[in-house]
Amino acid sequence: MTARTLFDKVWSVHEVVPETPDTPAVLYIDLHLIHEVTSPQAFSVLKSLGLPVRRPDRTLATMDHSTPTRSEQVFGNVPITVDAAAKQVRQLELNAADFGVELFGLRDARRGIVHVISPELGATQPGLTVVCGDSHTSTHGAFGALAFGIGSTEVGHVLATQCLLQRKPKTFAVNVEGRMPRGVTAKDLILTIIGKVGVSGGTGHVFEYRGSTIRALSMDERMTVCNMSIEAGARAGMIAPDETTFAYLKNKPRAPVPGDWDAAVSRWRGLTTDTGARFDASIDIDATRLEPMITYGTNPGMVVPIGTPIPESAGDAIVDKALRYMGFEGGDAMLGKPVNVVFIGSCTNGRLEDLQAAAQILKGRKVAPGVHLLIVPGSQQIKRDAETAGLAEIFKAAGADWRESGCSMCLGMNGDTVPAGQYSVSTSNRNFEGRQGVGARTLLVSPLTAAASAVYGRISDPREFL
Amino acid sequence: MQPLKRVHSRTVVIPSSNVDTDQIIPARFLTTTTKEGLGTQLFADWRYLADGTPNPEFILNRPAARDCHVLVAGRNFGCGSSREHAPWALLDYGIRAVISTEIADIFRTNSLKNGLLPITVDEATATWLLEHPGAEVDIDLEARRLTLPTGVTVAFPIEAFARHCLLNGVDELGYLRSKLGLIERYEAART
Repeated sequence: MTARTLFDKVWSVHEVVPETPDTPAVLYIDLHLIHEVTSPQAFSVLKSLGLPVRRPDRTLATMDHSTPTRSEQVFGNVPITVDAAAKQVRQLELNAADFGVELFGLRDARRGIVHVISPELGATQPGLTVVCGDSHTSTHGAFGALAFGIGSTEVGHVLATQCLLQRKPKTFAVNVEGRMPRGVTAKDLILTIIGKVGVSGGTGHVFEYRGSTIRALSMDERMTVCNMSIEAGARAGMIAPDETTFAYLKNKPRAPVPGDWDAAVSRWRGLTTDTGARFDASIDIDATRLEPMITYGTNPGMVVPIGTPIPESAGDAIVDKALRYMGFEGGDAMLGKPVNVVFIGSCTNGRLEDLQAAAQILKGRKVAPGVHLLIVPGSQQIKRDAETAGLAEIFKAAGADWRESGCSMCLGMNGDTVPAGQYSVSTSNRNFEGRQGVGARTLLVSPLTAAASAVYGRISDPREFL
Repeated sequence: MQPLKRVHSRTVVIPSSNVDTDQIIPARFLTTTTKEGLGTQLFADWRYLADGTPNPEFILNRPAARDCHVLVAGRNFGCGSSREHAPWALLDYGIRAVISTEIADIFRTNSLKNGLLPITVDEATATWLLEHPGAEVDIDLEARRLTLPTGVTVAFPIEAFARHCLLNGVDELGYLRSKLGLIERYEAART
């Protein structure tokens, strides 16, 4: 039998009907995650056709994008600021009830960012196909699942049939070897990869992250890496499951029960790329040379090591436009630039290890005067864990604003925004124009760099603190 | 869905590369629960000034852009978020086709599901189109052919089944539902 990649193995198991030149494959979806923003139009289609949700048992709903993060708005009587957002939240409650879909609603203790809670519950498992109307669905690939974002029409297709029409993507090996230096995180690794591959270099491909560096990453770190696969244009990113994966999943509420556990693990062990399997493309990264990274422009590929000046635009009109938006010039040093807002959170870096990293720097220190440090846990479970572990106390003592979970300032559609013209050092995933608020200027970094920059009030190298 | 066979129009050009879906429609407009009426929010942060009035500098606000149904853009159009609001906004505004050297995967899929043609062309064709805003182009979906006003014709790739659905006004969900028997059999075999 020909050697196969991890992707090939997961794909082939889910082909209900293989693709032909005239028709795409009918691909079976094991787990469908839905949220309030991209599902209402899909439910409307089902209603207009009189169709049920075919497999509510494979569907999990939560709300995260347009939900507020202020406790008084989540749990108190203060209404959601934007009426339309409140209506959207209400609409998901109605749709979930009408169609019998399990919902982790606004006040549910299990609520959080959709890509944070599904792994946390153990619903995301090796070898599954996972989709969600959200591009950062690639996060779940950290478990060896094939996970990708879809639009609302496709959300409707999955609700109605549990399947999608898909052309088989190509494969792309991202080989990372060596030990990452101190102060360098999974976020710096993925920003480096995006910088090298480019923001469209992965288009049409599924990444598989491989090599000793990847094997040494924790699950939280692997999720950070896979999360941003889409920022290189990739359809999905995957990491073969191993002992780290199994240890993470064991005893999670929705992981296989003890009686089924051994059989599941032995099945999952087969989910690796065979020796000699061919990829359509590949790149090699030397992790020993990595540095903390920071973006300087308006897409995640415009990124430099933190101590490296911004490249000269060389007359490139697009780079000039990005630098103008950012208020930067080619040749500027990134270190020392002033910071207005620091955001630690999101489906990229809102998990417990990210908060621990930030706390490591913030412990016993204060946020610089005039800087707003917003720390938003990825889920209510992480919020509780951070409070139990004393992290929340460290954050509050440092002067940070500690909130309820949600997408928050990553995309600014929930009341948490960066004012126009201000600089936001952010652990989120996109530095697009206006992403965090109209006119906001976003600099993507790791939680370590974010915390260090909050303390100095200027872009700072976290290695000085470690 | 209405059958879509041909688009004949002048072009409007946005030369930027990596135009992401946050630019096409910013997240703050995603609180809607319908897909209608998003055309007014298309490219909102480029199209309107802080006081809400149209930015006269932006191409869509210039008289030349009126009645243009084909958007020509720099490389990697539609990257970023999976929001289908992006093609909904373009369609509601009146755009029927987007031409670029590269179009992001999710945006391409979302566009095809809604009757917005994502057309990728070679570097030379893209450069010509970027340099000739307002060019009258003809897009023949049946023949998979883009014709420039110079008479040059360029073949473009398009997924066969999506093309079939667009040409015939067929809904993909109907096709998927016709496979329900096979889907049930698949589920039974796996459990």
